[in-house]
Order: sequence, then C-alpha cells, then structure tokens
Amino acid sequence: MDFNDSPAEAAFRDEARTWLEANVPTSEELEGLDYIEQAKLWQKRKYDAGWACIRWPKEYGGRGASAIEQVIFNQEENKFDDLPGGVFLIGQGMAAPTLMTWGKEEHMLRYLPKLASGEEIWCQLFSEPAGGSDLAALRTKAEKDGDEWVINGQKIWTSGAHYSDYGILVVRTDPNVPKHKGLSYFFLDMKSPGVEIKPIKQLSGDANFNEVYFTDVRIPDSQRLGEVGQGWQVAITTLMNERASVGGGGGGFGFDEILALARQVNVGDAPAIEDSAVRAKLADWYCKRSGLKYTGYRSMTALSRGEIPGPENSIGKLVGAPMMQDMASFGMDLLEMTGAIWDEAFAPLTGMIQAAYMGSPGMRIAGGTDEIMANIIAERVLGLPQEPRADKGMPFSDVPTGAG
Amino acid sequence: MNFEFSEEQNLLREQTRGFLAEHCPMSRVRSILEADDKHDTELWGKIAEMGWTATVIPEEYGGLGLSYLELVVIAEELGRAVAPVPFSSSVYLATEALLAAGNEQQKESWLDKLATGEVIGTFALSEAHGQPTADNLTATVDDGKLSGTKIPVADAQAADIAVIAAKSGTDVGLYLVELDQAGVTREDVRTLDFTRGHARVSFDAANAEALDGGASDWGVIERLLDRAAVLYAWEQVGGAEAALEQAKEYAMGRYAFGRPIASYQAIKHKLAQMYVNNTLARSNCYWGAAALNSGSGELTQAAATCRVSATQAYYYAAKENIQTHGGMGYTWEFDCQFFYRRAKLLSVNIGSERHWQDRLITAVVNSKAA
Repeated sequence: MDFNDSPAEAAFRDEARTWLEANVPTSEELEGLDYIEQAKLWQKRKYDAGWACIRWPKEYGGRGASAIEQVIFNQEENKFDDLPGGVFLIGQGMAAPTLMTWGKEEHMLRYLPKLASGEEIWCQLFSEPAGGSDLAALRTKAEKDGDEWVINGQKIWTSGAHYSDYGILVVRTDPNVPKHKGLSYFFLDMKSPGVEIKPIKQLSGDANFNEVYFTDVRIPDSQRLGEVGQGWQVAITTLMNERASVGGGGGGFGFDEILALARQVNVGDAPAIEDSAVRAKLADWYCKRSGLKYTGYRSMTALSRGEIPGPENSIGKLVGAPMMQDMASFGMDLLEMTGAIWDEAFAPLTGMIQAAYMGSPGMRIAGGTDEIMANIIAERVLGLPQEPRADKGMPFSDVPTGAG
Repeated sequence: MNFEFSEEQNLLREQTRGFLAEHCPMSRVRSILEADDKHDTELWGKIAEMGWTATVIPEEYGGLGLSYLELVVIAEELGRAVAPVPFSSSVYLATEALLAAGNEQQKESWLDKLATGEVIGTFALSEAHGQPTADNLTATVDDGKLSGTKIPVADAQAADIAVIAAKSGTDVGLYLVELDQAGVTREDVRTLDFTRGHARVSFDAANAEALDGGASDWGVIERLLDRAAVLYAWEQVGGAEAALEQAKEYAMGRYAFGRPIASYQAIKHKLAQMYVNNTLARSNCYWGAAALNSGSGELTQAAATCRVSATQAYYYAAKENIQTHGGMGYTWEFDCQFFYRRAKLLSVNIGSERHWQDRLITAVVNSKAA
C-alpha cells in the first residue's frame, strides 16, 4: 500500500504537467472573452495537442490513454485554478459514452471529434415536468412520419440548452405499452425549427437551466440510438455516466474554507476554532471529506491495475452535496449577525458561503436526488428489492397522473 | 498509486474469516455472554497458534515480523466476529507499548511470550469518570513501587502483565507490572459488554518497572493511543460491516404488509446510510493503516480520522440494526445485542468520539501551521 505512482504513471504525470505548465491560457489570453469562448479556446488547445478526452480512441479525437492516465491528467489539470471548461461535461461525459455504446460508426466519426475539440456543445433533454425521479414517466411524444420523427412536448432542467448545438433526447414513441417499453432515444440539432428555449430562474437568482419546448420538431430516423422502444436502456447508459460525473465536489466552498473561517472569527472572546462544539462539527466534515478522498484512491488503484472500480464511488454526491449545504449554513452561523449579508465586497470569501448555501439545494437534486441515490445504493449495491410500483405492467396511457 | 491490500493480504483475510467462522460463530460469543468467564480461553489458544498475536513483533523477539497491514486485516475480522478475546489489550496496547517504550531487556523478557500468547498483556490509563490527563493522573510510582487504582482495566483478569500509566513525582510514564503479585488486587466490574471482562485493579506498593527504552512523558501515551486507534478502527469497521449484513439479511426475509421490509424506502435508506458510513470509515482506515505502517508524520491525523468515522459508523450500524429487526432485535435471544454492546465498548475504550474529534482538529490545525 503506497501513494506513489508506478514509474510509467510518474512519467505520464511529468509529461502532462510539463505540457499544462506551458499551455494553460494566461489571463491576458482569456481577457474579453465570455465564459463559453474561454472554454472553447482551452478545449481546442488541448485537442490540437492530443490532450482532450484522452481516454477516447485517437480516431474519435482522443489519445487512446488508459483510465488511470485520464485520472492523472485530471489531477494535474485541476491544480490550475479557474480553468474554463464545465460547459463540455454533458457532451463529453454523458452524450459521448452513449454514442460510443449505442451509435453507429459514422455517428462517432462525425460527432466525437467535435465534442473533443469543444467545437460543438451538447445538452441533455431527459427530465420533464411530470417525469423527474420517475424519469420513465416522461410524456414528450414522437410520431413516425416517413424517415423522420415528429416531436411534441416539453423538457425541463436542461443545463446549457441556450448555448448547445446538439441535445440527447428521450421521448415516448408508444403510449400503449408499459412506461419503460414505450421510449426511444434520439439526438437532435438544437437549432431545429420548433425548438424553443426559455430560461428558468432558480431560487438563487441565477439561470443555469432551461425549459425546452418542442412543436412539430422533425428528427431524421438516422439520429435514433438503439431500437425503437429501447430508449430506457440507452438512457441508463447516459445516467450511469452522469452519476459518475456530477460527483460531490464543486462550488469552491469546502472544508479548508470553513476551517479558515473558524480560525478568523470569534466565539465569545476566543477564536471559534477553540470552541468544542465547532471542533466537533469540523472534525465530522473533515472525516467525510477524507473518506471521499480515500474512496477515490481505492477506485484509482483499481483503475491503475486495469480493474473496474467497485461501487464505493456511488456515495460521492450523496455525501458531498448535503455536506456542502451544512457547512455553508454553519459558516453563516459562525458569522453570527452578519451571516446573512451576501455582499461580495463585505462577506468573507466574496460571498462564497452564501452562494454555496443557495446553490447546494440544487446539487442535492441534480443528477438524482439524495433519495434516488440512496435507492440506487440500496438496490444496486446492497441488492435490496425495488419498492413495488403501482404502474407496473400497466399501459402508459392508463397510468394515474394526479392531474385530475 | 497502490491503495489496496496485496494478494497475500487478501488471502490472509479469507483465511482469517474462515477460521473465525469455524471457531468463533455467534453461538460461541453467546456462550461467553452467558458464562461467568469473560474470556474464551480455547479460542485464544487457537488464535495464538495461528500466530496472530505475533504478527508485528520482530523475528528477533520471537515474532513473525509482518507489517501492520497484516495486523489490520486480522483486526477487521476479529471485529466482524465480535470475538470474546483480549486481543486488543494484549496486541494493540501492551505489545505496542513494549515495542515503543520498552528497553532491550524488557523486550527480550516479554515479547516472545506475548507473541506465543502464553502471556496476555493489557494497558491501564483510566482512574475516574471523565477524560484522563497528565494532570489528573493519581497512580504513583515511588522507588519501583506502584500505588493507586485503575478502572476499568480491560481483560485484567485474563492478563498476566499490565502497562500502567503512572507518575513519578510530576513525570508521567509507562510502567510494567506483573499482575500476579501480593500488591495487586483485581475485582470484576460489570460493563456494557459481557463478552469482555473488565476489572478495577488496585496497586498497593506493587513492584513496577519503568518502560524506559524511549521518551517518557504524556506524549508516549498519546502516541500509543494513536497507533491503537487505527487498529481499533479496523475492528470497528469489521463490526459495522457485520451489523449491516445482519440487518440486510433480516430485512430481506422479514415480511410486513405482504412484502419484504427491505423493499420499504424507510429501511432501504437506513441500510444505504450504513453502507455510506461504512465506506467512508473503511477508506479512512486505509489511510490510517498506510500511515501506521509507514511511520508517517500524518499518523495522528490519519488515526483520529479513521477512529472518529469508524466509531460513528459502528454506532449507527449497531443501533439501526436493532431498529431494523424491530421487537425481535431487542430480545436476549437475538444477536443484535453483540454489536450494540461492542460498538460502545470499543468507542470509549481508548477515548471517546469527542476526544478524537478534538485531537483531529488539533492535528489538522498544526499541519496547516507547519
């Protein structure tokens, strides 16, 4: 048991680090560009040098690297603060693996290199107002018309729909069979006529998500992934990758920040860090963060040995998201009466604590709620039985909806 | 990156688990629970024959000279089996104290006997309610004679020797005492865990020799407890894992309202939470084991981290295992009690959750300052 790279891993790390040090964009290069332009600039630079999506085969724009090399590259890249790039996560992390599993060769040759280069951005059109945790209850319908499908309905919570070029889409192609069996999976051009995008204002005041409306939108049958009626299985491929990529991190507010705060502010006349109630909470968060970190090391070891990691990593989001919420809430308690002030000039860490408090409820829901994640652990990891389903075996058109 | 046990260590785990399944099933634990003798002497003999007591003792002192990675594998399995033996007292504490603080002659006299299991050792620190500190320690050694009272001393009736934290003047140190002598009185004390004996041990000018092979101060005790904390944490993780398995098995087989209770989200989420806690604790225990094995400067931080998360995980799994069983879980006949008793015993045995949370934050702050 040791924490060191193997000689080959160490050599790869050196190579990656050297390249990154010489090529990470400077603030002058990024100045004047919006966030998407910045992300595209950095992604294209990585792609041109063979450092984009390195685990993908070379013919699809990757480097043919191993899983552990991908982890090493990510570690080295993450050492640079504030690199732009989050806009590619859905396309590269979810759409691409689905294309690789279910797509035809011509799809992969056409779309994957442009995903790797950042030239095209993709979004995910799954959730609906009536289908979230129960995703298979979705109602957006597709009807066959010659070699095309005609789409009508509405999607919701679509991150980045407004700047995306393509979307992955699950729709109902047959309402007269049980819900999981009547779905099909497509990808579509987001500029297609009949696609209308409306931003959703979140409780934080930001608008990262959208509603997407489809009115007689036409998709060629050649853009179907999997068979007609096989959409659920295809969607599972996407969701497995989503849960791996949403993860527990993010937001910039973590243990180190709450520790620093506890050393700055007082409880009574002494630094908060000396207060035993404060120490107990900090210790618990430290243990959780550390547990997630070393769980990651265990998965990395499996990758390093060419094995498939165990199910341990499924706990990341379920632990990380509520922990961020609790730390943010407690951070404001430490500030006492000024805790509510969300003024970047006045609040510590330019308002990061308040931003984490307002952002964390979304993290506990996105990509599977805490409750769905607990169900997944219970069913897929521990092997417990599913909750009985009232709509089991029922044609979708007969399923009660509560809509009167 | 190699953050995993080796093939040989995994083989040892299988072998250890198989051995304990055969020689220490729950029925065996129960027989100790219901007996007067709080120590399974037959099992202890077999464990010693297997060489587990000799694991990390260097070959020159009659041990196997293996690493702490082998010892944590054994610790986890002993925890899983809720084994009624004085292994933690003798191996994690007495043997470790001799290795760390004993002089050459003390090591030569005792380590080979501890290795073969013919001598059982224990460690005594606590004297009263509340946290022991250098200031409140009252056991005193004067001219090689120890006086004072220690309570509770784990496995004291089974033990032949004890390492005692005591003062000489104002200096705190560790002293070795043979328990079978005129100046030592051992009285049973009833504890939460009937499968492990504890005693009040009084010393009246008992012969004691200082473990003077190394530094002698409160820090020696803290470092001893740091090392033991990693080994305790592995036992705790083993217990927590077994409690989860027991809860799962019962929930799958128990039906209510026409379906297994394991299909209710209230139960599924409880068991998922056990899995989450146990996974975090286990991963932290990997860190603890790596730090213990390499003699890393991070040992205090790693030990406190795995100790806190393993204590929490075992407590949660043990109490919610009873809850999952409903009324049956609260009966004497069911085995849920073993985990519930042992979880709390282990959690206070070498310092409470609060104590280790506090030690962790001290270590974290120190590491940031450095």
